[in-house]
Amino acid sequence: MDLKSPSKATNEDRRGRIITYSCIGIIIVLVVSILYFIASRGLATFIQNHVNVFRFLTGTQWNPSLLDSHGQPEVGALPMITTSFLVTILAAIVATPFAFAVAIYMVEIAPKRGTKLLQPVMELLVGIPSVVYGFIGLTVIVPIVRHIFGGTGVGILAGTLVLFVMILPTVTSLSVDALTAVPMYLRSASLALGATRWQTIRKVILRAAMPRLLTAIIFGMARAFGEALAVQMVIGNAALMPTSLVSPTSTLTSQLTTEVGNTVMGTIQNNALWSLALILLLMSLVFNLLVHFIGKRGEIK
Amino acid sequence: MENNNIFAKTHLVTPQEPPAITTDNLQVYYGDNHAMHDASLSFPEHQITALIGASGSGKSTYLRSLNRMNDDLATVKGKIMYHGIDINASDVNVYEIRRHIGMVFQLPNPFAKSIRENLTFALKAYGIKKKSELDERVETSLKEAALWDEVKDNLNRSALSLSGGQAQRLCIARSLAIKPDVLLLDEPASALDPISTAKIEATLLKLVKKYTIIIVTHNMQQASRISKYTAFFHLGHVLEFDTTSHIFQEPQVPVTRDYVLGNFG
Repeated sequence: MDLKSPSKATNEDRRGRIITYSCIGIIIVLVVSILYFIASRGLATFIQNHVNVFRFLTGTQWNPSLLDSHGQPEVGALPMITTSFLVTILAAIVATPFAFAVAIYMVEIAPKRGTKLLQPVMELLVGIPSVVYGFIGLTVIVPIVRHIFGGTGVGILAGTLVLFVMILPTVTSLSVDALTAVPMYLRSASLALGATRWQTIRKVILRAAMPRLLTAIIFGMARAFGEALAVQMVIGNAALMPTSLVSPTSTLTSQLTTEVGNTVMGTIQNNALWSLALILLLMSLVFNLLVHFIGKRGEIK
Repeated sequence: MENNNIFAKTHLVTPQEPPAITTDNLQVYYGDNHAMHDASLSFPEHQITALIGASGSGKSTYLRSLNRMNDDLATVKGKIMYHGIDINASDVNVYEIRRHIGMVFQLPNPFAKSIRENLTFALKAYGIKKKSELDERVETSLKEAALWDEVKDNLNRSALSLSGGQAQRLCIARSLAIKPDVLLLDEPASALDPISTAKIEATLLKLVKKYTIIIVTHNMQQASRISKYTAFFHLGHVLEFDTTSHIFQEPQVPVTRDYVLGNFG
């Protein structure tokens, strides 16, 4: 009896392990090098061009080719940071009630009809390319905003409305998953106590699904924060502090896409854009951590 | 043909005590599937009645019909009389029926809320807002369900942190908080260990002084320990209904005898 030498089975095990580990290894190397590249270029603004980090985050003048009164390049990113956060938060605020309503209808009120009718609509919304959203925003939403609120029509309000439609399917489908994951027995328990369907939805189901519903909103916000093309077409692309919801301004992403073709690698103009990319990267990390944190809290409760 | 012969021999008594609920020729259909045939039973007030039978015999389906938990799931025909009212009549308020006829399920199903909120949920939905009254109901129902001593120190902790047996007693307390008249229990102890089961049984024996209890159980020892009457269900038919001692000691129907002797199950 030979119990110690390798066989076909052990060789298969070994080969499988090698394939899996090398694939994982390549992915890890890829991710680490992307992170390293963005970080090194993004930090060059502060290390090579000696821009003060604090002034970068709080300055309101964005003009990397000019020097300010301290003799430093004018790279104040606050307008872009503010606009990015404003469109993201406003889009989430507008989208959440609609997404929850659709999800409640699809899961709790009319599962068959709701799913048959709304599922394809949501899938269609996901499938529309962002440049088309931007185009519609530019030709429909911007004139409407201009007509009602005056000004040029471009700005945070138009960006919010475009992003609202874009993140709606994301938030909705994740909310549907969240509600579907609420066990049937909680519904039975509530109904058996004489609660109405509406009381059951409001007090039991939404409460039980809350961690995952928050996660749905955050995924929607992450999508809104990172969206570039559609926003660029309606935001105005002026690196100015927004003075109202209808003043031309710029998000981190739209500033990147607008300027990236006009800069030369290694110059301050280019490095400053990498710093904006670094902020985007850090923010997506924050969104991921939030999702993780809420998921953990949700498990324990 | 053989099946028809089995179902032809039945032995159903009518208890002497005044009934809390009676069903007359109750039929339940899931679509085309005729899950419950002709169940005519009378449940005496302030007694425990056990419903026994193999899996798929229709006892849970029957129980769920008694407080209309089968609405939207199944078609229920026949009469369920509660205080002279047919609970399936179109002018009956289903939410009020469920307040009077409470239900506890097989798996402990506390809400993802604190212990206190689990108990006050239905009361608040019913419109009770006074804190003193809510507190009083919380304490009373937890004491009735023999859980008060274990949780009184921290009623604000999550109900999901309770053990299985505690959670099930919380679910019983939650049903008691709305002061029902009849308590339906669907295998309330089948997911619990023997010690928790014993606690639940002791609780039920105390509760029966105030409530009418109907319990579905797979556990024949449990039925014989706690119930006064027992109904035997088989393949969607009620074959025998009598006092528990008769069912277990001198069953009249051969299928019942086979079942209580453990020849099938």
